[in-house]
Amino acid sequence: MRKYLMATVALMAMAASATAADFNPAIVYGTSGKFDKSFNEMAYTGAEKFKADTGSEYRDFEAQADSQAEQGIRNFASRGFSPVIVTNFGYKDQLAKVAKEFPDIDFVMLDDVVDLPNVRSVTFKEEQGSYVVGLIAALSSKSKAVGFIGGMDIPIIRKFGCGYAQGAAAGGATNIIRNMTGTTNSAFNDPVKGGEIAASQMGQGADVIFAAAGGTGIGVLQKVADTGKFAIGVDSNQNYMHPGVMLTSMVKRVDVAVYNALKDAKEGRFTGGVQSLGLAENGVDWALDENNRSLISPEVEAAAAKAKQEISAGTLEVHDYMSDDKCPL
Amino acid sequence: MASFLNIRRIVDFAVLPLMNVAVALLISGLVVLFVGQNPLEAVGYLISGSLGSGEGIGFTLYFATSFLFTGLAVAVASHAGLFTIGAEGQAYLGGLGIALVCLSLDRFVPWYVTLVPAAAAGMLFGAAWAFIPAYLQAKRGSHLVITTIMFNFIASSIMIYVLVNLIKEPGSMAPQTRLFDKGGLVPKLGEILPVNIGTAPLNVSLFLAIAAAVFVWVLIWKTKLGFEIRSTGANPAAARNAGISYVKITIVCMLISGALAGLAGVNILMGDLGKLQLDFPAGIGLVGVAVALMGRGHPVGIAIASVLFGVLYQGGAEISFWMPNITRELIMLIQGLVILFAGALSLMFRKSVYSLVDLFRVSKPEV
Repeated sequence: MRKYLMATVALMAMAASATAADFNPAIVYGTSGKFDKSFNEMAYTGAEKFKADTGSEYRDFEAQADSQAEQGIRNFASRGFSPVIVTNFGYKDQLAKVAKEFPDIDFVMLDDVVDLPNVRSVTFKEEQGSYVVGLIAALSSKSKAVGFIGGMDIPIIRKFGCGYAQGAAAGGATNIIRNMTGTTNSAFNDPVKGGEIAASQMGQGADVIFAAAGGTGIGVLQKVADTGKFAIGVDSNQNYMHPGVMLTSMVKRVDVAVYNALKDAKEGRFTGGVQSLGLAENGVDWALDENNRSLISPEVEAAAAKAKQEISAGTLEVHDYMSDDKCPL
Repeated sequence: MASFLNIRRIVDFAVLPLMNVAVALLISGLVVLFVGQNPLEAVGYLISGSLGSGEGIGFTLYFATSFLFTGLAVAVASHAGLFTIGAEGQAYLGGLGIALVCLSLDRFVPWYVTLVPAAAAGMLFGAAWAFIPAYLQAKRGSHLVITTIMFNFIASSIMIYVLVNLIKEPGSMAPQTRLFDKGGLVPKLGEILPVNIGTAPLNVSLFLAIAAAVFVWVLIWKTKLGFEIRSTGANPAAARNAGISYVKITIVCMLISGALAGLAGVNILMGDLGKLQLDFPAGIGLVGVAVALMGRGHPVGIAIASVLFGVLYQGGAEISFWMPNITRELIMLIQGLVILFAGALSLMFRKSVYSLVDLFRVSKPEV
């Protein structure tokens, strides 16, 4: 059975490479720009790493208005750029429209799903990684009060917050303080306000704070470091930023997803379909390195490993905010 | 004497704006040169990308349509001496009204039936959002600049709440409504007229915007209310002495201003996106301020300035597409320079050009 499956996969891959367009990648960023210290910048990081590793050039386009996004995607597609990577989930309708017009071009949709054969949709199970860091936060907290600082009050951030709250509750936290930073694009790039909210949460007794707010998080981590409490980073491994303060980081590998999409396309192995990356696929994880080794006690590490194993195996289910737009906590 | 005045008017409305834009482009060219790129190539893409093809023109006029709405909104208020920064938030809230009508009607009636109540709802929501700062200015003396800026932020907060909690398409990661059905989409110009604009989203809202420009011209220069507005703008104390109510003019002006801004959503939502999306105005309210300043508050001037900004938006996208080293930030810098020279420093060359014109006039009888 397995052999048969692999043969099918190999055949499909061959078929895909036979029709695949030439490797000539392009990225379309959202209006917050490629240096937004958040989703877009993670994609940028992955593409830059690919460029450094392989020497492959790529083109990009930053929309100034949402109306330009469709134009940008179509401009690349009509000139034979492939794959075209779209980082902003707000453009999934635009991407779907253009992808239908250019069935021979490969597309990548990050953080949302476009159901077309030439589109690879990459989503992440943020709730799983957030659950584990929430658990670690609660187990490491003395006050049993933990904080969460999000960027903007949008579904994807609620998804982080909901997973974190479930993990924290499982770890015995009695008070989970959740705040959002702002309501405009700058919400993800406002370190000063992030620091203020962190100070406020610590004033309410929180001694571990998880920032899922892009560049705003830099201010949160700094404030927490100044006060001597614990902080949790997001997206990339931020443990190195404040060794001894950074309890861990909830890594979400958008950069790896972009890198892999580029790699697959270059090697002619690009496939469409949905990739939903969780703990089991290493799409999200908690970071343990020499910077936070001393902060994670053997008991905490064992508990985190157990949760990770159970979630990966499916025996422990973390509620996904996106499944019903609700959070039980 | 009359012809002399006319020459000065021509200088004010045609020569000076052109000079200002030219100087702005010249300095932008130096900046482009500074980052190691060819400025002539950039200007080439700017012009050919925005005006060189049917599709380019379609995009340029599509952007211009939005700017015309917000520019007129700012101009109406400015004639009463009110400097509003609130078009952004009013357009955003107006979009909510438009989307609500579209979402409830789009599956049952054709677009021309949806359009009327949708536009009305956009105007109503936009006007309502302008009413509060207007009331605070008129009755309490709270400065309109401050309150309208604050109301833009409050609008963002409200819209996030509404989009995420109330009208988001279930299961969608992006905070946006479902796509409008056919009845919620106004036709693109290419569908109803024998013009080829490719995939450009230019749509019938253009005519709505032109009608709004005519309305503003009639209102400001041909009606009693317009006279009262201009009197208040010229000298509020004198106008009050003449029996013109400052409270009434302030509030009426801002209601009209908000209604005009609220219409911008017809162009963006019903004409292009086909859905209500987070932060869809993306700065059109602020461009509206620049456009109104540049157009000297006159609908014709505003229309020209809107097209200019349409060129900068569409041509700017083309530049950053074809010349990757010219980033979006650099395009914004160029737009900023145009605003600086055409708006803030607009009268810098006036005196010297006037004396130049006068020279010709003096020498003329001697020929």
